[in-house]
Amino acid sequence: MAALCYLLLACLTIDVDWTRAAQGLERGARFLAGFSRPDFLTRWSDISQGLLESLAMTAVATCIGVLISLPVAVGAARNVAPLPIYFSCRFVIVLSRSFHELIVAILFVVLVGFGPLAGVLTLSFASIGFIAKLLAEEIESIDRDQVEAIRSSGASWPQRMIFGVLPQVTPRLTGLTVYRLDINFRESAIIGVVGAGGIGATINTAFDRYEYDTAAAILLLIIAIVLAGEYGSGWLRQRLI
Amino acid sequence: MPVLERDGEPIWRRRTGTAALGRWLAWLTVVLTLVVAWRYVSQQTIWEFVWDGPRQAADLVTRMLPPEWSYMDHLWRPLWDTVNIATLGTLLALLLATPVAFLAARNTTPTWLMRPPALLVIVGSRSINSIIWALLLVAIFGPGLFAGILAIAFRSIGFIAKLLYEAIEEIDTDPVEAITATGAARSQVMLWGIVPQIMSAFAGIAVFRWDINIREATVLGLVGAGGIGLQLDASVASLQWARVALILLSIIALVLLSEIVSARLRAASN
Repeated sequence: MAALCYLLLACLTIDVDWTRAAQGLERGARFLAGFSRPDFLTRWSDISQGLLESLAMTAVATCIGVLISLPVAVGAARNVAPLPIYFSCRFVIVLSRSFHELIVAILFVVLVGFGPLAGVLTLSFASIGFIAKLLAEEIESIDRDQVEAIRSSGASWPQRMIFGVLPQVTPRLTGLTVYRLDINFRESAIIGVVGAGGIGATINTAFDRYEYDTAAAILLLIIAIVLAGEYGSGWLRQRLI
Repeated sequence: MPVLERDGEPIWRRRTGTAALGRWLAWLTVVLTLVVAWRYVSQQTIWEFVWDGPRQAADLVTRMLPPEWSYMDHLWRPLWDTVNIATLGTLLALLLATPVAFLAARNTTPTWLMRPPALLVIVGSRSINSIIWALLLVAIFGPGLFAGILAIAFRSIGFIAKLLYEAIEEIDTDPVEAITATGAARSQVMLWGIVPQIMSAFAGIAVFRWDINIREATVLGLVGAGGIGLQLDASVASLQWARVALILLSIIALVLLSEIVSARLRAASN
């Protein structure tokens, strides 16, 4: 009943300009037509530049993200970290996860200026929350006996981490890295909308100019790269894990 | 474990020569890619701006504090819109994704001819980010909530349909067979044999996606598709950082609230 009331209220408060929407259908048809003859050539230099930038940002950001995630994940695992460190690392994770990439991108653009570096920082920051959270859960469920065995051989704390914990979570870490690589590429395609580099700016311009054939071409390329990445990561995961 | 023979003594090694070489080459490729990628990023960066970053950050913080609390009066409506975009978008997506999932699942698809188009819908919807959907729909239908709801729905169809058709393919076949054996029609088998088995998965997927969609709905406004993002965009554009701070705080509150609600819903449905 409450749900129904809410739905009614929600539907009443959206005002849709139906005449505008009707006009839109004709534009939608033009966009679909654009898909049947995508225009790769007119803006090819912009498109290839944007895609390369997206790929470069993805690679660098994933690397930085993983490197920072490792200590954060260890700190956020209740079974290896003391309470104060646990809470500060959990705070970092929550902070990173509650903001959408675009919002983070806006702030980084303000701080370091337009360009791919802002995008790299954004994607790295977003990767931390994702990888550290899932890796911390994995660390929390490791087999304690192995760590205990290494400890009883007189190993120091870093040695326990490297020889007791790390080997148990490496497969998961590899899987998460490949998965995040995929996500980072998808996200790198949109943060250009706010000026943080990558193909997003090109897409935005294409839509603003109503160049649907170019927009369709870019979308097809993104889909192709995402699909290639999905098959590639599946293959890689089988080989590595 | 490979053994190397040297001076008549066996030497144990962790990997064979080719395996070690392969790993070394793989790491070399990774490192080279990173170096090339970083060089590219670095070339495109104006480093003077970056070195100025910490000062800018300090400046930003002083401008953001204290948040302009009185602006909250103008935020309730956009927050309400944001929740509506996420909820209505998720509901629309559930409505559209269910038939797609049944067409895509091997054990419920009427003919094998229907599978490829259904899978194509799923892939297409999933590969395009909701922001790109929003850009497209704003260009088509004009700015506003309607474009936002559709953007959320279109992005969610692939996600929901994929998880749902995997759940359908994993069902227990015995109840389906038992109901078929009573002479039930196709629709009856569907309703009494399959649907009860996937209901809990369905509820879980819906709540999961709604939670994601709340986050996505907070930024749709940046491209004109309604919600709190519109206020964020306007405040950033006019450098009203005290307002930006308040908007960011309200977004965190909204996201945390949605997480609590979805945890409750999950607990209730289990």
